[in-house]
Amino acid sequence: MKTASRMLGNAFLLEGFEVQDAPRYGAERRGAPIFAYVRASGQPINERGIIRRPDLVVVADDTLVGIPAAGVMDGIVEGTVLLIDSAEGEVVWRRRLNAPGPILSLPLPTATNTSAQLLLGAASVGAAAQLLGVISKASLEAGIRDELVDLKPDAVEDNVAAALEAFERMTPHRGLVAEGAAASADAYSPPDWVELTTEVGARAAPVIETPLTSLQVRTGLWRLLRPVIDYDRCNRCSWICASFCPDNAIRVRDDGAPEIDYEHCKGCMICVMQCPPHAIDTVPEREAREKEREGAHP
Amino acid sequence: MTRTLLTGNAVAAWGARLADVDYVPAFPITPQTEIIELLSRWSAEGQLAARVVMLESEHSMITAAGAAAATGARVFTATSSQGLLYGMEMLYTVAGWRVPLVMVNVSRGLAAPITLEPDHNDIMAARDSGFLQIHCANCQEVLDSVLMAYRLSEHAEVRLPVIVNLDGFYLSFTREPVELPEPTDAAAFVGAFAPGQAPLRAGHPTAHAVAVLGGGPYSYFRYESHLAALRAAEVYDQVAAEFDATFGRHHPAVEAYRADDAEVLLVMLGSFATKAREAVDRLREAGRRVGLLRPRLYRPFPAEAFRAAAAGRSAVAVIDQNLSLGFGGVLYGELASALAGMAPPPRALLSFVGGLGGRDISLEELFEIARVAGEAGESGQAPPPRLLYTRAELREMRKLQAVAHVARTAEDA
Repeated sequence: MKTASRMLGNAFLLEGFEVQDAPRYGAERRGAPIFAYVRASGQPINERGIIRRPDLVVVADDTLVGIPAAGVMDGIVEGTVLLIDSAEGEVVWRRRLNAPGPILSLPLPTATNTSAQLLLGAASVGAAAQLLGVISKASLEAGIRDELVDLKPDAVEDNVAAALEAFERMTPHRGLVAEGAAASADAYSPPDWVELTTEVGARAAPVIETPLTSLQVRTGLWRLLRPVIDYDRCNRCSWICASFCPDNAIRVRDDGAPEIDYEHCKGCMICVMQCPPHAIDTVPEREAREKEREGAHP
Repeated sequence: MTRTLLTGNAVAAWGARLADVDYVPAFPITPQTEIIELLSRWSAEGQLAARVVMLESEHSMITAAGAAAATGARVFTATSSQGLLYGMEMLYTVAGWRVPLVMVNVSRGLAAPITLEPDHNDIMAARDSGFLQIHCANCQEVLDSVLMAYRLSEHAEVRLPVIVNLDGFYLSFTREPVELPEPTDAAAFVGAFAPGQAPLRAGHPTAHAVAVLGGGPYSYFRYESHLAALRAAEVYDQVAAEFDATFGRHHPAVEAYRADDAEVLLVMLGSFATKAREAVDRLREAGRRVGLLRPRLYRPFPAEAFRAAAAGRSAVAVIDQNLSLGFGGVLYGELASALAGMAPPPRALLSFVGGLGGRDISLEELFEIARVAGEAGESGQAPPPRLLYTRAELREMRKLQAVAHVARTAEDA
């Protein structure tokens, strides 16, 4: 998403806008949810940080919608356009979200030479550019090429193609995103400030008073790739995969076989690299979930 | 002039590159790491004729920076937060050596609890060290300030190290359009480093940073460093004027935004001040006479500029993005001391603390601060300092405490 925000920022700059783009992340881990903000204006931009009233929200990972802490729906008002990259259509999302503004769904790109994750960013930017209505196809393409200058030529072409396809797909909605009104210093809701009081020192210390609260954080949702053990090939040297797992997400069963805790496996694939008999397969998470929905076990 | 989208970190690295530095001692820390990654890549690819060396800590890094500067090398280094504190002993020491160098600090809140996003407690901890401080509000300023900082630091009557401060995330990872000057123009502005007499040489041993016993000699050196820091205020103005004449961008010691006829002045440091600029624009649309003062130069403290700007105002509201525990906002305290005894003083001086650990300060909060300040100006009564915190934030905190099994109190029920 950081790369996507920069592609869009580049395209805006080429169209003569003032631009600000910035990623925002918490956990510094691959696969952790990430936000990126893009602002564009005809005037110098003074606001910075979180966009409190976005005109367009693009959701590249539809599993984040259901996680309250991700705050995907924060600040969405009547005029906000919501674009979700999803295998599910707009009707489903409209019913699910009860959002006040327009919702559009962008079908997921199919990977060719390049990974689907990378293409997803470019496709999102292509769709966003069309919805914004102020970015030409040429600026979109140039903005993407500028950003991907270090990629192999094939991958660049795949990304440009994915973006242009999404751009075309959104043609009926060109210019759907309108610039929101500036905040008013006359009619604003005053902040609900609270007076903090002195609390008992031990209570006000940054201490987690109980073990295993990290179990409640389902970091398995961060996973883009799923390691799947082929037990026919597994030779039960479980201490290898279990010890290398940086998240303690592989336990050794009583029968000596390893078992992956998918609630907490972040999909780093270190176990795949370490497995001596190459018994751990790599399955894109989305495919694995679709199979699960069809009743198959991982 | 073409403009390029660059992060604050990339721009800081460009500043070092355009200042044609010789030596970059480095140690990585979030959110500064991108600066040294870029410099080491440029050095490896031959685009930067500097030696980039990874040290084993910030303590050694700052020592190496000062020692290299004593040999006559032009030095750049960068750190953040815990790293700045880890190197604090050498920060004071190197400043006492009277060697020029430029260090970028990417502000980040301090432990504990440990965090990643910015506030100014890290850089405030360095305020008495002898390093001069320039604080930036946008990415262009980061570039311009690094170039200006070399001029200031290497000036014969100053000869003190300079910290250029930028906020983590809000500048470090934020891209904005930046004008990069031609290398020849930047080189002409910064000039060659003239180390003066007796730079440290292996073949010509001299004793630098000698010890003294007795308060007399010690006081002489401390007073001289202080006077040099004060002198730096005038030198800064000259450098800023020359920068403006060369590049067409003016960076005064204190930015005054729509302040001329303002009854209420907001005072803020760093990148969050651009939010205050936005708030001022909206308040002006609503007919409110509100302006903004933003010190770029923080050491030396621009007391005179503040006194001139604050004279006769109705209210001055300081919004500190730092907290001196057991005192309050640091900038508020310093401003109060600068304004003490002036005539006519502002009718009310207010203190707000917010933006700690990257906590946002919303436009609505800035509108409300301006409203509260306006009332205080009319009544002549400043309310007690306010720690910006909302009921929703407290509710979220209570939820986290519940998850952490922290004992509840009667008031939670």
